[in-house]
Amino acid sequence: MYTFSYQKPSSVADAVAVLTGDDDAKAVAGGMTLIPTLKQRLAQPSALVDLGSVPGLTGIRRDGDALVIGAMTTHATVAADATVRSALPALAALAGGIGDPAVRHRGTCGGSVANADPAADYPAAVVGLGATVITDRREIAGDDFFTGLFETALEPGELITALRFPLPKRAGYAKFRNPASRYAVVGVMVAETAAGIRVAVTGAGPSVFRVAAMEQALNASFTAAALEGISVDAGDLNTDLHASAEYRAHLVTVMARRAVEAAR
Amino acid sequence: MPVSITLTVNGKTTALTVEPNTLLVDAIRQHLSLTGTHVGCDTSQCGACVVHLDGVSVKSCTTLAVQADGRSVVTIEGLAAPDGTLHPMQAAFKEHHGLQCGFCTPGMVMSAVDLARVNPDATPDEIRHWLEGNICRCTGYHNIVKAVESGLQAMKTGASAQAAE
Amino acid sequence: MSKTTGIGASVKRVEDYRFLTGRGRYTDDMNRPGQCHAYIVRSPHAHARILSIDTSATVAAPGVLTVLTGADMVADNIGSLPCGWLIHSRDGTPMKEPKHLPIAADKVRHVGDQVAVVIAETLQQAKDAAELLEIEYEELPAVVAPGSVETAGTAVHDEAPDNVCYDWVWGGKDKTDAAFAQAAHVTTLDLVNTRLVPNAMEPRAAVGEYDPGMDEYTLTTTSQNPQLIRLLLCGFTMGLPEHKVRVVAPDVGGGFGSKIYHYAEEVIVVYAARRLKRPVKWTAERSESFLSDAHGRDHLTHVELAMDASGIFLGMRVNTTANMGAYLSTFSSCIPTILYATLLSGQYKTPAIHAEVKAVFTNTVPVDAYRGAGRPEACYLIERIVDVAAREMGIDRAELRRRNFITPEMMPYDTPVGLQYDSGNFARNLEDALALIDYDGFPARRAESAARGKRRGIGFASYIEACGIAPSNVAGALGARAGLYDSAEVRFHPTGSVSVMVGVHSHGQGHETTFAQIVSERLGVPMDKIEIVHGDSAKTPFGMGTYGSRSLAVGGMAMMKAIDKVIAKSKKIAAHLLEASAEDIEQDGGVFRVAGTDKSVDIAAIAGAAYVPHNYPLDELEPGLDEQAFYDPKNFTFPNGTQICEVEVDPDTGVVKIVRFAAVDDFGRVINPMIVEGQVHGGLVQGIGQALLEHAIYDEDSGQLLTGSFMDYAMPRADDVPDFEVKTNEVLCTTNALGVKGCGEAGTIGGAACVMNAVCDALDIGHMDMPASPERVWRVIRDSRFGMAAE
Repeated sequence: MYTFSYQKPSSVADAVAVLTGDDDAKAVAGGMTLIPTLKQRLAQPSALVDLGSVPGLTGIRRDGDALVIGAMTTHATVAADATVRSALPALAALAGGIGDPAVRHRGTCGGSVANADPAADYPAAVVGLGATVITDRREIAGDDFFTGLFETALEPGELITALRFPLPKRAGYAKFRNPASRYAVVGVMVAETAAGIRVAVTGAGPSVFRVAAMEQALNASFTAAALEGISVDAGDLNTDLHASAEYRAHLVTVMARRAVEAAR
Repeated sequence: MPVSITLTVNGKTTALTVEPNTLLVDAIRQHLSLTGTHVGCDTSQCGACVVHLDGVSVKSCTTLAVQADGRSVVTIEGLAAPDGTLHPMQAAFKEHHGLQCGFCTPGMVMSAVDLARVNPDATPDEIRHWLEGNICRCTGYHNIVKAVESGLQAMKTGASAQAAE
Repeated sequence: MSKTTGIGASVKRVEDYRFLTGRGRYTDDMNRPGQCHAYIVRSPHAHARILSIDTSATVAAPGVLTVLTGADMVADNIGSLPCGWLIHSRDGTPMKEPKHLPIAADKVRHVGDQVAVVIAETLQQAKDAAELLEIEYEELPAVVAPGSVETAGTAVHDEAPDNVCYDWVWGGKDKTDAAFAQAAHVTTLDLVNTRLVPNAMEPRAAVGEYDPGMDEYTLTTTSQNPQLIRLLLCGFTMGLPEHKVRVVAPDVGGGFGSKIYHYAEEVIVVYAARRLKRPVKWTAERSESFLSDAHGRDHLTHVELAMDASGIFLGMRVNTTANMGAYLSTFSSCIPTILYATLLSGQYKTPAIHAEVKAVFTNTVPVDAYRGAGRPEACYLIERIVDVAAREMGIDRAELRRRNFITPEMMPYDTPVGLQYDSGNFARNLEDALALIDYDGFPARRAESAARGKRRGIGFASYIEACGIAPSNVAGALGARAGLYDSAEVRFHPTGSVSVMVGVHSHGQGHETTFAQIVSERLGVPMDKIEIVHGDSAKTPFGMGTYGSRSLAVGGMAMMKAIDKVIAKSKKIAAHLLEASAEDIEQDGGVFRVAGTDKSVDIAAIAGAAYVPHNYPLDELEPGLDEQAFYDPKNFTFPNGTQICEVEVDPDTGVVKIVRFAAVDDFGRVINPMIVEGQVHGGLVQGIGQALLEHAIYDEDSGQLLTGSFMDYAMPRADDVPDFEVKTNEVLCTTNALGVKGCGEAGTIGGAACVMNAVCDALDIGHMDMPASPERVWRVIRDSRFGMAAE
């Protein structure tokens, strides 16, 4: 790791002030992506702004027909939380399948969403469940948040403080994981929401995306069989050592079917 | 700029001065000379470095020492009783031959002990799933799973024995 | 009631306490006063000429002590890393042995090749300073794919313009051709034995120390054979007198072959320590290990099997291209030859076999022994083609094996590829494995899987391997440049405890327990009074270390010889103490008795008398009770067995899940069943890893290793593998007194073949290459008629 200074702000405002005042400063939440990146000397921040002591960023609460989850809430907490497990079990399952237990004990939902790794699970939850990303200054619709490979709608210095998930009638998540890294080769969140069906795919493309044809089919009939014959265009998908675009396209349909079967 | 931090490691509170880019595992191994915690990879996959931070298993190679400031750390050296009696999970690993070269063992045992906190009645499949972040190249995992199964039971017995006292 | 101590007992391991409490002492755990840190700058290119290295900014950086390059090594006459086995090509010419300097001096030949070493007060400073190095390269085209080296148009080494290291033949060509001429059926198969990265969990590390006052060196290193490293360091690379060099391999976190070799970093830290007169430490990071530890396997093979109408094997032809990588690692040349072609008979009485092996250089990491070393490659091709032959002939796979097995009555059996099997009951292992897995119940289980939309397959591998390579003179005639014996010293202390110094090394195998069990039983000393000492050239006699499942069969036998000497001397001492004749003394464990009487003395008293020789035959016997022995085996040992597994394939995703696994092994006499079972489990998972998960992949244009970390190289995890049912059938080895054969590699030798046979059965195909990763399996299903019919 290169050297950097360490800041431990005690409020969101302080954190934002540091990040806004120094373009080379970086916020660290759980650090599960950032620290390995630093270890490989692939990033050279001037300062790390540790959000670990900022009050008010953790916790899970029911807010009417939605769950609000603090940005610094760990994957393990989300996976084990009784409210999440009963009100939004698909999210608990998604969080419980990230990385491994020790990673889930440190990694946070806000960090994952802000990082926008194309193979991360959380983007499928944010888009698939129609969540809202709450920042220090505004609310961003999940559909507008992920703008590309590792790119988001966040402005410089803008911090995610919470995620708000409207409770769907039912939802399911199915993931085909990379056997080495445990990231998603393909992950599909399917949700029946008040505004209709949402199908969001992570891992397969440069960024999370929705599948309109699947959403239409599931609006007509929320069954795995309804997805028969519907596939995404492999031309838009990633090819790497672990899966070709063609195989990913096939997996999107298989995982979507499984997500429908798992939905509750 | 070096930073002063305080760590409570295996019950003993220590003040340390570290660079911000010091990993928790380096603070443990180099500053505190507790070399039982190992580094087996550089991508947070292998789990040889797992310790408990405030009672929860974490990868100390992916945690900065400054992030542990003011917190409690338990390493493999802190599990056995002061008289040297093995912790029930350590004893189960010996009984069931859950280790060979010993390199992944500290992280494996620390992860296994943490399983008792969340799922003391874990099935063999649940144990295998829990240990997915701990790579062992020697044992083929068969005996590790047996050891953890037995260790979880022994920890429950130990806990009820303590409660009865 | 099973035994609780001694030979055959599942004694809990004595080494476990230190490992379980974090008190193991691995190389990176050691820190020496005044220690500085080496960071190795490695080539980013697969093949390039080094035009210049500008170190000026680096040496001026904070904390930097020195920067070393290949030019420094050349100037100081540092020698080439040697290869320990000379193979001759079919035309009689010796293999091409290009120089391998510990730091590249002219060209870099693989990504990760050593280019420079920065040594600084801290590792952080060394890394920071390394970024200031200015190295100018002239990139050259890379030779990557082993199958096309001769037309690559560029040479990894000038000494081998066609990139061929040797072109070697083995077995009988004329006899094999004649067998094929008579065949009713010939099965042919082309297969790839994939490149693997051993990935012991402890990354390699080395600490070099130099004491200028004594002119003495100490190297602490992650090695399976410290004595061998000292020999190579002194005799070849550093050119030092051995009495001034101590090599220590303390606790070592797994080896699997990858820690046998004399590596560049060992030379670098010793050389740097002498230059700086300070201890120098180097520890690999995992991504560095991927680029600097020797890899394994990497064969391309064409095989043909000739049979008569009833499926009796008449002859086999094998043509293999073996990738050596960029340089010849310590034992690389003997792996695809002596440890491979000699095993091509397998468990079968195939009368004629002919093998051609071409070893080639490529711009990739050197390839050498990885658990099994040549024997898994042999087993894979044999057991795969037997399955394909059974499929083509319409014969049950178990039945085809039965028809061709060498039987116990045929032992000792001379194979057509140069080995003499001493013992084994191959058919019984197969039958027992079939019973363990309930072979007869398989059709019902397959139907049950099908009802759930899954495809179930069963596969087996009947493997044989050769361990404890020997004897030294025969190996020498075949090109070995070292002896293949081992050594031990059994030293009683005056108060009756025992230290046993052995030349073999334990890095997970549990020698501190199993060797002590033998001593305890033979000499009647309680386990807690026995210490097995290994891994330090200053403490142990000269031995060759641990590889090839040789520790017990060779090192254990050396210890047995030393024990026998102790017993012989003890009888004489007992005779004196009991006032009897030595011929009349009977020994049973630690008790020495005058035959037919109740007069006896125990070994502790004998040791006491030997060290305090007041009542002692000083005119006939030397004081002390301390005996040393060397043992050179008469023959290899031949562990063998049958492994069976069942897989279930998810046709939607191509995911293969192993649902049942049984292994029946003949390891000869078993000293500690618990440890033996653990060795089998671990070996099997390395075989399973190759079959389903692991694969080192190079970009064929750039020569970059694409699977360069655990993010991309899929290591088997706990939830990837099943529980195992294992059983041993003891058929004692007839060529050593312990009757042992070796168990360290068996699981890996059959494992991959076993799983792939099951996968091919599930998919109803003749062959697919490893690994049976989800996408590959999915493609097979999609492209097969079976797949289309199912949709």
